[in-house]
Amino acid sequence: MRSNYVLLIALAIVLVVSQGVGSLNHYYLQILMYIGFNIILATSLNLINGFTGQFSLGHAGFMGIGAYSAAIISTYLTTHGFGADGAMGSVVLMVSLIVAGFVAALAGLAVGYPSLRLKGDYLAIVTLGFNEIIRVIIQNVDFKIDGVDYVGGARGFTVPKLTTFAWTFSIVVVVVWVIENLINSTYGRGFLAVRDDEVAAEAMGVNTTKFKVRAFVIGAFFAGIGGGLFGHFIQYINPDSFTFLKSIEIVVMVILGGMGSTPGVIIAAIVLTILPEALREIDQYRMIVYSLLLIILMIMRPQGLFGTESMKRRAKRRAENKPATAASA
Amino acid sequence: MRSTVFLVALSCCGIALASCNKTTSPAGDTIPIGEYASLTGNTATFGQSVHSGAVLAIDEINTSGGVIGKKINLITEDDQSKTEDAAAAVHKLIDRDQVIALLGEVASGRSKAGGPIAQSAHVPMISPASTNEDVTKIGDYIFRICFVDSYQGQSMARFALNSLGKKRAALLEDMKQDYSVGLAKSFRETFAKSGGQIVSEQSYASGDKDFHAQLTSIRSFNPDVIFVPGYYNEVGLIVRQARELGLTCPILGGDGWDSPELTKGNESAFNDTYFSNHFATEDPDPVVQEFVKKYKAKNDGKTPDAMAALGYDAARILADAITRAGTTEHQKLRDAIAATKDFPGVTGMITIDKDRNAQKPLTILRIVDGKFHFAQRIGANGEALTPFNPNGKNSMAPASTAPTSAAPATPAPASTPAGK
Repeated sequence: MRSNYVLLIALAIVLVVSQGVGSLNHYYLQILMYIGFNIILATSLNLINGFTGQFSLGHAGFMGIGAYSAAIISTYLTTHGFGADGAMGSVVLMVSLIVAGFVAALAGLAVGYPSLRLKGDYLAIVTLGFNEIIRVIIQNVDFKIDGVDYVGGARGFTVPKLTTFAWTFSIVVVVVWVIENLINSTYGRGFLAVRDDEVAAEAMGVNTTKFKVRAFVIGAFFAGIGGGLFGHFIQYINPDSFTFLKSIEIVVMVILGGMGSTPGVIIAAIVLTILPEALREIDQYRMIVYSLLLIILMIMRPQGLFGTESMKRRAKRRAENKPATAASA
Repeated sequence: MRSTVFLVALSCCGIALASCNKTTSPAGDTIPIGEYASLTGNTATFGQSVHSGAVLAIDEINTSGGVIGKKINLITEDDQSKTEDAAAAVHKLIDRDQVIALLGEVASGRSKAGGPIAQSAHVPMISPASTNEDVTKIGDYIFRICFVDSYQGQSMARFALNSLGKKRAALLEDMKQDYSVGLAKSFRETFAKSGGQIVSEQSYASGDKDFHAQLTSIRSFNPDVIFVPGYYNEVGLIVRQARELGLTCPILGGDGWDSPELTKGNESAFNDTYFSNHFATEDPDPVVQEFVKKYKAKNDGKTPDAMAALGYDAARILADAITRAGTTEHQKLRDAIAATKDFPGVTGMITIDKDRNAQKPLTILRIVDGKFHFAQRIGANGEALTPFNPNGKNSMAPASTAPTSAAPATPAPASTPAGK
């Protein structure tokens, strides 16, 4: 039950800090918010890619579904008698985010099932395709209520600003807490078992099918919520924000942080959000420097900042050089 | 390694916290003006052109003494052609650099992401080239100095009907770009209303390379004009593939065509194509010629495109407004920009109307052997300001005299993969 206290304390800290951020420069506040969204996206993808060992390149698709579902709900509610300020705004945001989470989870289920036969590169391609399908659907869908356009297709969709610092970071805390607890529970060991050795896991009675689908559903749920928060912060969403490049950005966070390490992924999300902004001083060279830093980091820490080896690989390595170094771990 | 990362993260948080509460405007002898543009990414040429135009204008103003006794300091941020990055750049310019006004984006989507931030901070924003209607509807601090999408679509529809005398049009729009969808919509409405017929409507998505399917379908309807309101990357391929399929009719487009990249390697395929634009380098107007000369001198002989002209005008209108306002105070500056009337810009006489859009003429260019020639100027209400010049300026050149010849697309040197 120790972790429950951790959750409460973390939430309390978020609430206290949120009282102070009002006076913060909007630019820094915005970077903080981006950090929050990226932590949600990266930790949720880490459940799929890092803990369960399924290589998904479709996270931005789930994020996009969440962003659009949340935006549709909140736009409908705010134009039908609900306010966008104060407590009412929070209620609208919560309802939208929960719906967004469930819609994205449903999409996760839809991707999870057919993808079960696939692994590694093949799965990556299927999820990539899914990401593109979502984007193209959003671009072309014509969804109107009472003659008001609710998706906007390629024109983009203007949404009310509802996301606040307190909500974003409360959700960050909850997401991190849920995923850490899930993985460290008896039940959650199943995810790790699927990653480390699928055949052995199956033999031990772990239903690998169910665990893979669950990873997709839970990961997509949180990505949907992250997308909803993002949309209600930036106030304008268009399909171009959810291309596979965004997916790759999130994958980079997971790999750089260390597959299967929540603290590592959080640090990577923070660093990779701040870095491009910090490098603004050097103008046009910033993306070159940014990419160079990524390359250097990956050369120096191929397993990621906080990464650990999977048990299978460790066993393999130990078998290979038996008497040799134990220090390198 | 871990500790380094922690230190980076901590120091960034430290910087963030240290810079709370700075509300006083930066004293000193320069006026900070922000610019956010796509200097990298998939619409980089637009951003770079606008930027070079704005830099030219600011340099000129500064060498002639600046405005209200101060020099202008142009602070430029790249947004990588990405929406989120545009929002971040605008926040940075407004909140950290404390700019007094913003020169906005070319792409309407990124103007829509940056606009609400400028509006809520009451910082006037002038978009040089966002032609989407919704941009200036964000709020009373958001302006534009270009015409809107619907105006371009309407003008091209009237041009096709009245000047070219075509009655059967096909549409090929880019579903991914709100710009393209908007132009297609107004073209469709005006063309149908004014007695024309839309015989076929096809679409594609930015980044596509093969358009044979859409073009074959269009061919089967036998149109006598095709409207392709896309961006130059795809249009280059579309026009070439259309000519290869034997579609010899005139092809029309909007200002998204305007790029030196458009006709590269496909010069002959582009004969008998027209597009609407903000200005023409051949325009005999001395204001234009002066600008072209100065721009070439500053940019290694490069000819300015419309984006450069718009960037130049946007910066000069802003400077003019600061001078008229006599202050950099947001509210007064906003009012001064709103009161801009008959400003002699290089893209025509610019008047800001009550919806904060520009009222100005539109130029239609004809492409002859890869060169853009002035064809006609159309006024703000669709009236023809100049007679249609069907052969472009160089009508004596033999190559341009047979516009309907199929132009068997000279195989472009490796630049464009045809098919697949």
